[in-house]
Amino acid sequence: MTDLNIITLVSVGAHPTSGRARRAEQDARAVELGLRLAGERLQLVHAGDPQEEALRAYLGMGLGEMAVLEQPPGADALPVLTDYLRHAGAQLVLTGSQAETGEGSGMLPFLLAEQLGWPLVVGLAEVEKIENGLAQVLQALPRGQRRRLKVRLPFIASVDNAAPAARQSAFGPARRGQLLASEVAIVDDSLLAEAQLQAARPRPKRLKVIKAKTGAERMKAATAKAAGGGGQVLKEVSPQAGAEAIFKLLVEEGVLR
Amino acid sequence: MSDIIRRDPRAEWIARNRLHPLHAAMQTAATSWMGPNGLIRKNPHAVGFIGPNGIKRIDRSGAEQGGNQKRSAASSVVQLPLHVIEQPAFHIAVVPDMVGGRLSAHDKDLLGLANKLAGSEGAVVAVVFGEHKENAFDTAGVDRLLHLDGELFDGYAPEQRVLALSAVESQLAPRHWLLPDSRTGGGELGRRLAAKLGERPATRVWQVSEGQCIGRAGAGREDLVRRAPRLILAAVECAEPVSDTRHEVRPLALQNQIARNLPRIEDLGAVAVDPASIPMAEAEFILSGGNGVKDWALFHHAAVALGATEGASRVAVDDGFMTRDRQVGASGIWVTARVYLAVGISGAIQHLQGIGACDKVIAINLDPGCDMIKRADLSVIGDSAAILAALIERVAAYRQEGERDAA
Repeated sequence: MTDLNIITLVSVGAHPTSGRARRAEQDARAVELGLRLAGERLQLVHAGDPQEEALRAYLGMGLGEMAVLEQPPGADALPVLTDYLRHAGAQLVLTGSQAETGEGSGMLPFLLAEQLGWPLVVGLAEVEKIENGLAQVLQALPRGQRRRLKVRLPFIASVDNAAPAARQSAFGPARRGQLLASEVAIVDDSLLAEAQLQAARPRPKRLKVIKAKTGAERMKAATAKAAGGGGQVLKEVSPQAGAEAIFKLLVEEGVLR
Repeated sequence: MSDIIRRDPRAEWIARNRLHPLHAAMQTAATSWMGPNGLIRKNPHAVGFIGPNGIKRIDRSGAEQGGNQKRSAASSVVQLPLHVIEQPAFHIAVVPDMVGGRLSAHDKDLLGLANKLAGSEGAVVAVVFGEHKENAFDTAGVDRLLHLDGELFDGYAPEQRVLALSAVESQLAPRHWLLPDSRTGGGELGRRLAAKLGERPATRVWQVSEGQCIGRAGAGREDLVRRAPRLILAAVECAEPVSDTRHEVRPLALQNQIARNLPRIEDLGAVAVDPASIPMAEAEFILSGGNGVKDWALFHHAAVALGATEGASRVAVDDGFMTRDRQVGASGIWVTARVYLAVGISGAIQHLQGIGACDKVIAINLDPGCDMIKRADLSVIGDSAAILAALIERVAAYRQEGERDAA
């Protein structure tokens, strides 16, 4: 599979506690997935500041260079990335599912797919095989489940925390790697003009509101036992009948596959 | 209230007072009386009483006396007031996740937010894809229900669903689109819809008030405050669910046929995942064993046969039958399974806390009075080994049937 032309889009992350710049968790997983598919032929693209040291952590994963589309902070990355991808000739574009800084809406892969007219796979976990311009991939679902999909190349895939964990970044290759900056047109993001970012407020805890009109109802609500008692109880039935009842409920809930 | 038979002094007083306006209505029809000629007359229709099954019963032993209806407490089911929107000034469209075919807590929060945005003029439209098992749309706050069913939407068909939603957009032009920002489909569908409609959505929104919305930004260290856009992807607990009104759930249909697109993504179906490798906290189906399990080999065999993730109560872990990382409960793991099958667990309060988020609980136990039975939706009283063996057999037969159908 090394003949595949794969691009991974990377961003600068922020440490969840200190806020210090680092490689973004999900983007690093996307790089890991790309490295497993294409090896050293994987291309990295970043839209932003080429002087950013945190970007070198991606190079330390075993890559020699990274293309940086030079932009000031607060610029819109979408048009420049669309332009770049349109001419890059990639068959697979990998991204994280949402940025760790800025808005972090997770819209980028969706908008890129819409503008390029490519299909989009969300939550890519593994690429099983690629043949005849068709890729067979595994998609990660909640609760640890997987779904098999067949997609036509080229396509965009976003990865989340179900993708393979990223390898460590080595210091030497990270220093030796090159960030190749290129000039692009700058488009301002209109959102920042009307919205403001503020430090996250802790979410208010939901209160248990008791809407009782009379004292008796309030007393009942305050002293009520948890346990509904509405369940069905099968007593003195044969094990087969009991098993049948359980089986029916399991099928009804769709947990038996 | 209890079902104790009580005297009603007021009814007795009315029965004595022939001038009371309610006298005639409250008088029980006499079955026999003396006619003007001294002949005893009988009313055969007034004999007997209606039994609990709705069948008329005549008791000739003489035990039955007088009033044939038992006085019991008035049923306490309160009918909530109906909220009617005849001519909606605008629509608020909600696309619930419907995990397992029912409205999840997240969906109900979202409907609560939609009702807040709709006020008294707008109508909340719920767009539901495929089969569903929900029967409480009215109390959840759905004014109009648009049910899109058909093979087009079966399986994983996000592109087809987006096409259907854009047809809804052109028909109703809703003032707001609300979707749950969840991994179970809403987050993806909402973003696809946003890209299709060219709307910039507000994501991970946890508060909407007075035209402003607040959502988490970045990795959760910052909030983004902005004017509420048309498309809102809301987080869990974004608003209080509807609790004090009933809604009409009037069915709504699409006027135009939904365009059929050639799917670029083909769904090849779910892949069998080793249930033991799924983290317990997010497993969907857990088979949990406790002190009542004697045959642990059979228990493990049952877990494999059912495709369930294994769990255990604290006693089973302390006794060394299961590892510590499999313990469910306050000092172990708080699970969120949709179906939790508890075998031989009596239900200590710490264990019940751990399974508080589970949807359906099934209990197999010898003791019909234990706390787990009170919590369970279905309980089978009996020997766990025999029931597990029968269940394994039943599931094996079901699997074979499926294979034969597929072949």
